[in-house]
Amino acid sequence: MGKSSTEHPDVVVIGGGNAALCAAMTAAKAGARVLILEAAPKPYRGGNSRHTRNFRCMHHGPLGPLVESYSEDEYLADLLKVTGGKTDEGLARMVIRASEECLPWMEAHGVRFQPSLSGTLSLARTNAFFLGGGKGLVNAYYRTAQALGVDVLYEAKVTHLALEEDRVARVDYTLDGEAKSVSAKSVVVASGGFQADIDWLARAWGPAARNFLIRGTPYNRGVVLADLLDQGVAQVGDPTQCHAVAIDGRAPKFDGGIVTRLDCVPFSVVVNKNAERFYDEGQDVWPKRYAIWGRLVAAQPDQVGYAIIDAKSLELFMPSVFPPIKADTLDALAQELGLPPENLRATIAAFNAACGDASGFKPTELDGVATTGLTPPKTNWARPISEPPFYGYSLRTGVTFTYLGLKVDETAQCSVGNRPVANLWAAGETMAGSILGEGYLAGFGMTIGTVFGRIAGREAAAHAG
Amino acid sequence: MQADLLNEARRQAEICNACRYCEGYCAVFPSLHRERAFADGDLTHLANLCHNCRGCYYACQYTAPHEFDLNLPAALADVRQASWQDYAWPRSLSAIFHASGVALAAALVAGFAAILLALWLLAPAGGEGFYAVMSHGAMVAIFAPAFLFPLASLAVSLRRYWRDTGGGALRSADLVAAVRAAARMDNLGGGHGDGCNFEDEDRFSHARRHAHHAVMYGFLLCFLSTSSGTVLHYGFALEAPYPFWSLPKLLGVPGGILMVIGTLLLARLKLQSDRSLGAAAVWGGEMGFLFLLFFVAATGLGLYWLGGTTLMPGLLALHLGAVLTFFLLTPYTKMAHGFFRLAALTQEMRRLREVPR
Repeated sequence: MGKSSTEHPDVVVIGGGNAALCAAMTAAKAGARVLILEAAPKPYRGGNSRHTRNFRCMHHGPLGPLVESYSEDEYLADLLKVTGGKTDEGLARMVIRASEECLPWMEAHGVRFQPSLSGTLSLARTNAFFLGGGKGLVNAYYRTAQALGVDVLYEAKVTHLALEEDRVARVDYTLDGEAKSVSAKSVVVASGGFQADIDWLARAWGPAARNFLIRGTPYNRGVVLADLLDQGVAQVGDPTQCHAVAIDGRAPKFDGGIVTRLDCVPFSVVVNKNAERFYDEGQDVWPKRYAIWGRLVAAQPDQVGYAIIDAKSLELFMPSVFPPIKADTLDALAQELGLPPENLRATIAAFNAACGDASGFKPTELDGVATTGLTPPKTNWARPISEPPFYGYSLRTGVTFTYLGLKVDETAQCSVGNRPVANLWAAGETMAGSILGEGYLAGFGMTIGTVFGRIAGREAAAHAG
Repeated sequence: MQADLLNEARRQAEICNACRYCEGYCAVFPSLHRERAFADGDLTHLANLCHNCRGCYYACQYTAPHEFDLNLPAALADVRQASWQDYAWPRSLSAIFHASGVALAAALVAGFAAILLALWLLAPAGGEGFYAVMSHGAMVAIFAPAFLFPLASLAVSLRRYWRDTGGGALRSADLVAAVRAAARMDNLGGGHGDGCNFEDEDRFSHARRHAHHAVMYGFLLCFLSTSSGTVLHYGFALEAPYPFWSLPKLLGVPGGILMVIGTLLLARLKLQSDRSLGAAAVWGGEMGFLFLLFFVAATGLGLYWLGGTTLMPGLLALHLGAVLTFFLLTPYTKMAHGFFRLAALTQEMRRLREVPR
């Protein structure tokens, strides 16, 4: 490891995920000496990028693994649909336009793609899947970055950026329990949101957040974000909100990632811990409803839900990471799940009685097979829970990311008041709130990270001269 | 097979089946993703389909220190290894030779001893070249059974293996497709064609694929060389020693050189790689087997260069002893993997054909 680069880098990149690596590689290619300070140990490097799987990409014709075409307007329309209009259209269009050129750049930097995964055919046109997933991408980028001379320090936890006048004068961090600091001409912040800091989450959302599971890295604790916001760096995004989905209640507290998803809800009856239903399970197809269910479960007592299905629905959805709880009778299932049996029996009986003709049942589309006279209703896929064995899954709220972040302009530069900070840029999840004010569009986080990472790297290197 | 090995593989396969990020690496994942539950035979099938390229391990977000503690290459290697031992016939021999390089070496010594004894007991009355040391008839008397017995043993094993991993009619189209996949080692291509992860963590390389090609094709050339010698002997009454410009030599010399280079490269790659991603318990046995292959090839080449010298009778005993050991132990060493791999690839082609589109 070059001593000069760790002690006197041109560019310090804080964070070690996709956006950080894109910034580091771009700056190094432009001739800058680059140092990455990654808070996680090597096996956990890469932040939430480790758990990603694809990149949403505009394209005018078949491109890499992508089929047909995906225009700027269609892409933007898809984005506006999920953000409810809470989107900076100018920045969004810039990201979308730049995405097409990113894909070959990613390949040139070692990323390999694969055809869209089984169970994700609906994304084959819009999203390019990384071979091996996000950790494969992260591994390839670290190899490329190191070949370009980028230095990487793992377990280097940045504690403070000393903001003096209009520039970052110093970056303080700890390494092996020792306080260190480094001064660089340019600083890029790409260290994600704060969702792994449960106390912060509880302050923002309320005490219920203590029962949430964090789907991604335990290292995104928002230390740098808080430090910069405290010093008056411009912020963006709702500070109280996070993107949360309903996941398997048995998932680990942190880092459960993709496998903890549960796709059974549309074919289930979902009850709370009192064995009462609380929402229409069949309102829409699951990819359009899993985020709503994150909030619904968060609003239930103890922030937990239970999805109940019977034998005829078991194979209608993607397999779960843990096998379901199985029982031959509803009473036994209630026992296993810790639900009051008489309530569950009553809830299921009322539901079954409200089901009508289910001959039009079609698991892959809105089939209109609905309950009658039931509150709340189930408006699609309503079939009685009657065929043993019965299966149950617990559901909890899984946090994906937080919206609060650093506000940036189209050059990824941060500001204080209305004045830019001369040598500070941000990329990735930590500034994604500038574009994504609400909701989420699959693969768009990686697009923002790649586009803004490259811009931040370019600007940081140019400033370092 | 020990239930714990199967249960661990099953636990990991279920996590993989909920993730699917590795679908493009090799044949294992599309096969895995077609199932919802994994019977023992399915796990054995997946295990024998796996070429231990390790791409999935280095790309996995659930490897230790994550609490899921995934290490699919090792879990499948353990099941694979156990399956070869379980299906071997007779079974008791296989556990010893798979696991222990020392047992292999002992068998090698026994092989020399047997050959030397044969040389002494069956000393020929006349004959030229090698046949001055051991008559052609004596060689055939020893090696024909030593060649046929392992084939019979493997046939018994593979029949049982095929039945347990799904069975079905054996179609020539599936076999041809499997042979093609094995001939190119498609499953060591990494899906992207950059190769596999083996000797240097997550760096992709073709080193292992190329080294394996050298051993496999070297071995096949040597096998053809011996076969061509048999044809020349019986069909054309042309007896050894053969000149350089003859089929046995033109096939055997490059074959021997390829085997020597390939086994050395494989051993070096094995030393560089992370042992915990393979069947750690049989590391010594696998190294012993590589040495046996190297020794067969090196002594064969030695006979080519030194066959005219006084070293010849000693070298011949070493070479024939090693070949004898190699043949007899084929069902009980790593050599068996080629047969099981081909069976698994064929079974996979059959299963693929039956997937509803």
